[in-house]
Amino acid sequence: MRRFLVGVGVLVLAGLAGFWGLSRPSPAAPEDLAALSALTPDAQAGAAVFWAGGCASCHAADGADGDARLVLSGGQRFPSDFGVFRAPNISPDPVHGLGGWSLAAFANAMRHGISPEGQFYYPAFPYTAYRLMTDQDLVDLWAFLGTLPAAAVPSKAHEIGFPFSIRRTVGVWNRLYLNDDFVVTGDLGAEANRGRYLSEALAHCAECHTPRDALGGLDRSAWMGGAPVIGGQGQVPSLTPSQLRWSQGDIAAYLNDGFTPSFDTAGGHMVSVIENFAMLPEADRLAVAAYLLALPEMQN
Amino acid sequence: MKSRILFTAAVSVALVAVGATATAQSDVPYPVQARQGQFTLMQLNIGVMVGMIRGQADYDAARAQAAADNLVALSTLDQSFHWPEGTDNASISGTRALPAIWENIPDVISKWNDFGTAAVALADVAGDGLDAMRGGIGPVGASCSACHDAYRASP
Repeated sequence: MRRFLVGVGVLVLAGLAGFWGLSRPSPAAPEDLAALSALTPDAQAGAAVFWAGGCASCHAADGADGDARLVLSGGQRFPSDFGVFRAPNISPDPVHGLGGWSLAAFANAMRHGISPEGQFYYPAFPYTAYRLMTDQDLVDLWAFLGTLPAAAVPSKAHEIGFPFSIRRTVGVWNRLYLNDDFVVTGDLGAEANRGRYLSEALAHCAECHTPRDALGGLDRSAWMGGAPVIGGQGQVPSLTPSQLRWSQGDIAAYLNDGFTPSFDTAGGHMVSVIENFAMLPEADRLAVAAYLLALPEMQN
Repeated sequence: MKSRILFTAAVSVALVAVGATATAQSDVPYPVQARQGQFTLMQLNIGVMVGMIRGQADYDAARAQAAADNLVALSTLDQSFHWPEGTDNASISGTRALPAIWENIPDVISKWNDFGTAAVALADVAGDGLDAMRGGIGPVGASCSACHDAYRASP
């Protein structure tokens, strides 16, 4: 009996050690950070990265409009199966926002989902996509964020239940779901390649348009195949060519003015997404459209 | 202006009836077909102006004004007869109208009135040039989305 108990104890310890090892944060390598700091930041170019990345859609205050979308005080609620996530303050406020951060801290957040304190962020923050961002876009975005107004508003706490309230669980999740490659592979041609980068690395379209598995990871075999609305009712539409059936011009125009080919209007979160896309050059909207038209159909 | 609105409204009603007849083979109840025709008419007229904004058609002040006036006319249509109880998407198929509509009638009417307000503002500027018209379209689209977000099921 005693040997059995010791055996169980050893197994539990081994399990805990395994969890601890598997869930260990793996921050950016020193040489990667050195490569970033060697670049010359361009805040103006960062504005385009900011709009393409959709930062304002989640980090602006609830209902913010016009220039208020540049005040990234956070607070929006994102209900999910795991609880309610609250977007934090990412304005340049030194106390409540990113004012005291280094470029290295920003890179660790954007690429590894790790806070300056070494804590994991929840993947409601799409670092899973942003990690595919180029070095230059990352430093440009960081420079642009620094030009925005500071908001002295404390970030709200997430409302997440056990066991997901243990942030180390995200470390294991990251091992399962962090990828370093695009989902749609191969050379799609210059225009669709640009669209792939905009969609998969920056605009993170798949976060809503792709179904998730039980652990909340994206099902890459059903990429952009449509999904239930997270924390709401109804269905986010599929974007694959056979389902969407819009032309390249239709898609690009919709991303600019919000009208479908039959002049119905965009709704829900897409309204905010279109406000972002409308800030980009027409070539980028056409590129996203070209990428969507190159999407593979769902495998089943 | 008043008689013009009434005339346009009459034409709109006639068009709704035509639209409904065209799809009468479906099993969707007649009042539902009528309101779907109403929304199709709204889309058609918005589309006339959006097509000009997109550069797919040249800006034409008279056509823009007519389309905007049609939206105003549509916004004045009495809604009493094409929203009977029991025609929500939980009760019948072929509609995306959420049951919440019938649980929040004052808010639905308020949102419909917002569309009317935006349509009137658009009609005031639609004939004044492309930029003026473009400025008036946004609030109309926003009024559509506000109601869809609350009361229309996703496809």
